[in-house]
Amino acid sequence: MSTRPGKGGGRRRVAPLQEHTGCLLEVVEIKTHFKTPAGVVRAVDGVSLTLDRGRTLGIVGESGSGKSVLSRSIMGLLPAHNVIREGSVKFEGNELVGLGSNDMRRFWGVELSMVFQDPMTSLNPVMRVGNQITESLRYHLGMEKDEANATALNLLRSVGIPEPQQRMRQYPHELSGGMRQRVVIAIALACGPKLLFADEPTTALDVTVQARILDLLQRQQRERHMAMVLVTHDLGVVAGRTHDIAVMYAGKIVETAPTATLFRNVKMPYTEALLQSIPKLDYHSHTRLTVIPGRPPNLIHPPKGCKFSPRCAYAQERCLEEDPPLFEADTPGHHYRCFFPVGTPEGVEAFSRNQERGETAAGTPVVVRTAEAV
Amino acid sequence: MRAVAQRIGQLVVVLFLVTLFTALLLSMLPGDIGETIIPFGSDEQREAVRDDLGVNDPIWTQYGRWVGNFVTGDFGKFYRQGNVTEVSDRIQSTFPVSLQLMVYAQLLALVIAIPLGVYTAHRAGSVADKATNTTAYALLAVPNFVLALVLAYVVGVELGWLPPQGYVRPTENLGEHIRSMILPSISLAVGQIAVYMRLLRTDLVATLQQDFILMAKSKGISERRVLWRHALRPSSLTLLTVAGLNVGTLIGGALIIEIIFSLDGMGRLVFDAISERQVVAIQSLVAIIAIAYVLVNFLVDLLYAAVDPRIRHGRG
Amino acid sequence: MAEADTDSTRDAGDAIHDRDLIAGAPVSPTELDVVVAEAVDAVIVVDTEAEIERAATKRLGIMGWLAIGWMALVALMTIAPGLFPIPSLDERSIEALRSGNFGPQSGHPLGIDGSGYDMAAKVVNGARASMIVSVGAVTFGLVVGGFLGLIAGYFRGRIDTVLTAGFNVMLAFPQLILALTLVTVFANQQGVSYGRRVGVVTFAIGIVSVPILGRITRANTLAWAQREFVLAAKVIGTKTSRIMFREVLPNVLPAMFSIVLLGVGVAIVVEGGLALLGVGVPPGIDSPSWGNLIASLRSQLFFGRPWGVFAPSMAVFLTVLSLNYLGDVVRARFDVRESVL
Repeated sequence: MSTRPGKGGGRRRVAPLQEHTGCLLEVVEIKTHFKTPAGVVRAVDGVSLTLDRGRTLGIVGESGSGKSVLSRSIMGLLPAHNVIREGSVKFEGNELVGLGSNDMRRFWGVELSMVFQDPMTSLNPVMRVGNQITESLRYHLGMEKDEANATALNLLRSVGIPEPQQRMRQYPHELSGGMRQRVVIAIALACGPKLLFADEPTTALDVTVQARILDLLQRQQRERHMAMVLVTHDLGVVAGRTHDIAVMYAGKIVETAPTATLFRNVKMPYTEALLQSIPKLDYHSHTRLTVIPGRPPNLIHPPKGCKFSPRCAYAQERCLEEDPPLFEADTPGHHYRCFFPVGTPEGVEAFSRNQERGETAAGTPVVVRTAEAV
Repeated sequence: MRAVAQRIGQLVVVLFLVTLFTALLLSMLPGDIGETIIPFGSDEQREAVRDDLGVNDPIWTQYGRWVGNFVTGDFGKFYRQGNVTEVSDRIQSTFPVSLQLMVYAQLLALVIAIPLGVYTAHRAGSVADKATNTTAYALLAVPNFVLALVLAYVVGVELGWLPPQGYVRPTENLGEHIRSMILPSISLAVGQIAVYMRLLRTDLVATLQQDFILMAKSKGISERRVLWRHALRPSSLTLLTVAGLNVGTLIGGALIIEIIFSLDGMGRLVFDAISERQVVAIQSLVAIIAIAYVLVNFLVDLLYAAVDPRIRHGRG
Repeated sequence: MAEADTDSTRDAGDAIHDRDLIAGAPVSPTELDVVVAEAVDAVIVVDTEAEIERAATKRLGIMGWLAIGWMALVALMTIAPGLFPIPSLDERSIEALRSGNFGPQSGHPLGIDGSGYDMAAKVVNGARASMIVSVGAVTFGLVVGGFLGLIAGYFRGRIDTVLTAGFNVMLAFPQLILALTLVTVFANQQGVSYGRRVGVVTFAIGIVSVPILGRITRANTLAWAQREFVLAAKVIGTKTSRIMFREVLPNVLPAMFSIVLLGVGVAIVVEGGLALLGVGVPPGIDSPSWGNLIASLRSQLFFGRPWGVFAPSMAVFLTVLSLNYLGDVVRARFDVRESVL
């Protein structure tokens, strides 16, 4: 990737500031708070992670966990007003926090890219599909019209769109949902970014299309040796498609581990609850599904202590008072945020104590968690 | 093609209803036509007028006759003491004036309103935005004729920079023509500027919250390009509609402005016709104005399809 | 929303019904109808979030109170002009005339007109004529147009098609010209009484506002008539007229109220325009309307005496501004739009 001049007056595509040998992405204690009339919403409250080229990170959480805000915050796409952004985001050694839009434009589209959730609303409805792709190419890479069109055609082909020639001239509303998302992916990948954020890329699509889109993303990532962050609320999406998973709750990462480890050796009760709420094929029909009681916490006035304690079956008095730090587990790369983790003697003891009492320290009734027939 | 036929059908229906209504309304004019039009003429002259206008026939015949004449281009005559002029002649000389006035005003309004709208939408909530909005809001409350009078007085009489009255054809003297049209155009345009700017701003603010704008931003496109190339087009629909519908208001406004600034336009013509009870002339003029109105709206529809491809393809 | 298809006269306004596609946001076509209808009046949508927020939290703010204050003043002028501490209408100030000072001076806060009569007195007394005409016109428009719009919106189908077509045809008629013609036909001869003239002018402006108010009422009715409580009333067999007037109308009225406020402002301006053309309220010496004042004192401008025009213009400006502001505040609270939010 060289220094071809682009239309934007030659300030496109400068050479990377330094030859970087460390991680591609290094996030340290990033915080994103929104100032609203009701108070300060602490959407992201101290998240750290690292990512290398060629690796996929899955970020999982309920709505309101802060996962979408996290990806936008890392990319720096949030508005400037009423937003407090602290911490450090280093991309190839370059600090992104504190850069204004003008500086960030060196990275957007070119180094960092994002695929949004709803393909209907993320494409410009009055612009032809082809133009939306070639726009990046001509603007950032300075391509001439023909070259850009040819590249766009290839891109469309590589994301699996049949008859790309025709599609180029069409408008977004003339394409199906799945195809639109493919176009969005093509746009995001046009300039060959090193890091791709996929923010719930399949949530707005049919289930049948979901798998194909995810496969497409995986394939592209492998071919381009990109780093990818897959944000979703669906554990099923990240199983088998990510190298590592980070589980978010109330603006913090509550557990992070290599994927296999997470499923095999879950430590954080929240993650366990998520896993258990996935219905399994061999359940009888009319099985009552397990749900996590309660609601996501108020991000303006979060509860003291562990944010999950009001809903946690393992909750003890300590959980209500102290906010647990991230502990390291035996497997390298596995961290969790709990005093009474699943599968440990403390955890087992805590759970049985609550079972005896019939309720947790927070007053939540303990539900007997067997998923057999009712 | 079907759409065009439908449109034309609509036009005919609207015209028919409008002109019929006018005819009925005018038939209720009290007094004798001959006397009203030529109060000081001789009896023969009045009789001639009455014959010409066929006022002794029932209303339907009169209307039918008018329709027949109108579609063949005979718009009737102006009957005045001493001379009779063809309405079509008068229209030919006055129509360009009114057209110029309205076009200038509309263009001026759009040229100022669109950038202002974009700017304030982009900087929504800032001091500049609030100040501009407040000013626009206040300007809305100023009737255009008051503004015209004020401008005519301040700029025309007191300062003497621009002529407060009179019209000069562009073919005669382009410079003077422009000078004579500045104040009238501004008077007509100012009210529109406020309206358009705020409409555009509302739409733009809503559009700027859409995902595809964020997506464009995440592509690394410059803010200016995002604003003008991506955000403006989908937000211009309401503006377009209003600009089209506004033609009616513009016509009324032009009428008053023409009178204040002594411009020899169609508004003036209509006013004279009405105050002089020139029945046939009124009919024809009203019909022409109605045609213009419907045509403009048709144009707006076409522009719609051009601006928003989803409409082009029939609700995609 | 199904009613997007009931319009058979497909005009520019209907093309907006397609806007419900914009970026997936399900914008109700009826709500856009409101925008379009208002657009005919060249009226503005409340846009700043602060305004909406303020209205939502039921605080009026300084502007609101100023607006109410001014309107209260105007109301007082209309009802009891004698209460104001100004010279009476038939007092001529010879000294001022002789001194050649026509602007504000002691004893004449708003200056004097060309013959020495006090401007403040004229403005205060002129309020009555202006307000009677404009309020009367809008009331007429509301009653007739509102009724028609209610019917159109409630019954839909054929009735709606016919009525909407009717509205569109009326809108095709340039408003000022229609008003002009009406007044000329019915009230512009010699010997027409003052009362009749006022009546005709009011009627003319009212007629012109019928299609606009009709369209807006229709849009609001469409939105409300679909709600479940109407269906519930139908199901238990309530008489149609009762449903319309007891269930739907009370909900439509608040939204209409804001348009009414704005409409009065517009009507004042239209009356001014008509006056300028010589067909407004007849300028009797004790009750010229503001429009009349502007029209008759227009010639004063060319003598370098702007206060004849300036004083009534200020009155008009402040009144329209206040009405616009109050109308917006009311709208922000009751607009159909809020159901989409």
